Amino acid sequence: MNKTLLYIALLIISIALPFVFPNYTISLTAMWLLIIVSLTWDMTGGQMGYNSLGNIFFYGTGMYVAAITGISMVYDVGQYTSAAGGGINNFTATQYFSGLGIGAVAAGIFCAISAVILGYLLFGLRGPYFAIGTLGVAIAAGELVSNWEWVGGGQGVSLPVYPGDLDEGKFFFYYLFCTLGIATFIFLKWLYSTRFGAAINAIRDDEEKAEAMGIHTLRYKLVTWSIAAFIVGLAGAFSGYQLIQFEPLETAYQTINLGIFMVVCVLLGGKGTLWGPVIGAILFHVLKEVTWTYFLGWQWVALGALIVVTVVYFQDGLMGWLKHVRPEWFGERVEQKPGSKPSSASQAEAAQ
Amino acid sequence: MDQILGNISLLIQFPVVNINIVLQGVLIGAIFVLAAYGLALVWGVMNVKNLAQGDFVIAGGYASWWFNTNLGLPALLGIPLAFAILWGIGWVIYKLVIRRVIERDLFTSLLATFGVGIVMAQSMNLLFSADTQSLRLDYDSLDFFDNLVNLPIAKLVGAITAVSLAIAVIVFMKRSRMGQAIRATAQDARAARVMGIDTEKVYAFTFSLNAAICGAAGAIIVLVWEIQPFFGMGYSIRSFVIVTAAGLGNLPGVIAAGFGIGILEQFGAHIFGISYQQAIAVLLLLMVLIYRLAQQRRNRQVLQ
Amino acid sequence: MSKPIIEVTGVSKSYGGVHANKDVSLKVADGGITGLIGPNGSGKTTLFNSIVGYHPIDCGSVKFQGKEISKLQVPQIARLGLLRTFQQTRIYGEMNCVENMLISIPHRKMSYKDMFKHNSKIDYEKADRLLDFVGLYEKRYLRAGSLSFGQQKLLEFAMALTNEPTVLMLDEPTAGINPTLINGLIDRLQLANSEFGITLFIIEHNMRVIMNMADHIYCLAHGEMLASGPPSEIQNDQRVIDAYLGAH
Repeated sequence: MNKTLLYIALLIISIALPFVFPNYTISLTAMWLLIIVSLTWDMTGGQMGYNSLGNIFFYGTGMYVAAITGISMVYDVGQYTSAAGGGINNFTATQYFSGLGIGAVAAGIFCAISAVILGYLLFGLRGPYFAIGTLGVAIAAGELVSNWEWVGGGQGVSLPVYPGDLDEGKFFFYYLFCTLGIATFIFLKWLYSTRFGAAINAIRDDEEKAEAMGIHTLRYKLVTWSIAAFIVGLAGAFSGYQLIQFEPLETAYQTINLGIFMVVCVLLGGKGTLWGPVIGAILFHVLKEVTWTYFLGWQWVALGALIVVTVVYFQDGLMGWLKHVRPEWFGERVEQKPGSKPSSASQAEAAQ
Repeated sequence: MDQILGNISLLIQFPVVNINIVLQGVLIGAIFVLAAYGLALVWGVMNVKNLAQGDFVIAGGYASWWFNTNLGLPALLGIPLAFAILWGIGWVIYKLVIRRVIERDLFTSLLATFGVGIVMAQSMNLLFSADTQSLRLDYDSLDFFDNLVNLPIAKLVGAITAVSLAIAVIVFMKRSRMGQAIRATAQDARAARVMGIDTEKVYAFTFSLNAAICGAAGAIIVLVWEIQPFFGMGYSIRSFVIVTAAGLGNLPGVIAAGFGIGILEQFGAHIFGISYQQAIAVLLLLMVLIYRLAQQRRNRQVLQ
Repeated sequence: MSKPIIEVTGVSKSYGGVHANKDVSLKVADGGITGLIGPNGSGKTTLFNSIVGYHPIDCGSVKFQGKEISKLQVPQIARLGLLRTFQQTRIYGEMNCVENMLISIPHRKMSYKDMFKHNSKIDYEKADRLLDFVGLYEKRYLRAGSLSFGQQKLLEFAMALTNEPTVLMLDEPTAGINPTLINGLIDRLQLANSEFGITLFIIEHNMRVIMNMADHIYCLAHGEMLASGPPSEIQNDQRVIDAYLGAH
């Protein structure tokens, strides 16, 4: 029961936050984005043992697909992007919201499908090769898109401004990300409790054994990655509309920013746990805001150093550390069979 | 599209242009070989996949550039200076970071060196600004075939330096006691430790040597091309392409793949335009990975 | 001998210049217990790996239930009902024993919809029952990686039983197990064979164990099939004795 209360309290806090700190709404929205991408990174990285450095590909692709879909519903895309939004971005509220909605769905589906295709090509790669391969996909996509004039080339895309009051727009996007984050969390909580969760954990622990036991490993890997891609695609779609103006290398396919932050968040909080990525994302976001404020100019160096320190000294993360000191909290226990004395097997082991 | 076809037909109409492109590819390939050889060394000996490889290269370039512009030292002297300075930087990074990730899983070293790369690139950005820099050697260039093929002597000097450095390192690895210790550690670190080899020292030496080789490569790059704080990633990716394509512990393979990538990239840049250069390097990586994967699948194996 | 369920014909496998298996042929009888013995390095594990698809074979054919499987991938072969355990025991170290058991339920009939279901009460009961069968009931909520080597071996055996295989191939099931436990393990293996109807194909170094259990034994030496026959015959075969004593 205490748990239910905790969840209700957290839900209330999530809803109330922008009212309590109205000046920080944009930053809080960014925090939810970080939570979403960390949770989905952990699906493959933590739960399945496939460390992707290229999940940012789905973020950028989602952003572009949603933006292009939204624009194409009203204008000719080539004409629109060549003007770089200069003047011809008149959208009615209906056009805006239908563009955002349909664009986001299109982005999610497009990303899920591309995850399946990429997965077919890349899931034979193990360990560091998978990481490098996925990083390659993200970098290549960024470079190719920045050379693609039809979608704005290196200039990127400008989207219409939120039709309404500026503060209202901030709130709108906060709740959009907040809803997606909570939905993702609930979905993953359910998913990890099913056979599916157990199967991807088996792939992480010993893929060769899982194969030898007849588990459809490739099928699980593809489904996992495409679910993650779908959610990240949605997040990318929302981000594009929130940012209004985005360009390929620094915003959409930001390999060394968000692309690496999500990994660090998960490591900080604890890989392969449900709460780890959430806690890690919040912690990292706070640390990032602090470095941005106090390390004028040197914030990037400080952030890089933070990554190194996390990876080298604190890799098991907060939850990993808890699991180590309090294993019983995670369900480890010796349990006698009701009404029986210890079996011969355990006696023999004890005698050793 | 028309432009691409036009560029291809140009290559067919004027075969001499091909020679020029191949020549440029070989020259830059020599640099790639150096960086890739360093990566293969570290990868093979201590099983660390160094994603900061390219940033070492760029750091070497800046070291050489700084001595030349601020102290007026001769440009060619920058190469040994960069070698020495990067040796020191490599040693410090080994002691602070790499030492603690050797025994860990491979993703850890990958991520840690990625972080190191970010720190290095951003520091260089703050110290030297984001402008591109280069040193010019005031040499002529050799022209052939009515100026269709030209070979700047500076580039030739750079390539020759790169090749001699590579030969020196290879001879060192074959002949010296330290080289023997490094190769023994690469084969079986525990056995080497039992036999009295100080593997800690070997690791520190190997990593520093790698950084130094990259530094020298960077000092050559600044002589013939240009550097910029964020160019590092491109060189890291290329090193990975080369080592992955060649397979570990295959020195002739590394050399062949290095020149191959250099040439392919030059052709790619000629056909698709210079702005695709980075994309071509990355796509080559993906193609190599997928090719190796298909190869392994035939053996009922995976790439790990 | 009843009809064979695994039929290996003329299989060769070499690594570099070493012939690990040379023209090996054997048959595993349906419903029986077949043994495979041979000195160290005689190619037993290589043969196992060839059968279950860990590497391509150079030539020859492997048939399971009359179907050619030498070109299939590991999971495909496993889903046909041909399962193996490893010499170096492999379990999912980060999960507890019950989770290890639950993940081993047969996946061959699983549809996409089944993937997202929760495990049923029947699955839990089965896991508990089989863990009890191998004597790990008390430890079922401990992390599998924290168990001793012998216990991990028992867990791996229980996991294999959960999977309801047609044939179970065991690579040295008694190696590293406390001698007092070996008799219990033999009983359980025999029970698995008689009660659950699982055909067993066992690599074993412990002669007492294999001679007591198997109906038919094959002996490999230097990658070639040296002898085959019922245990009594093998025990007295001079070539087998020579191979083990190194009189070659």
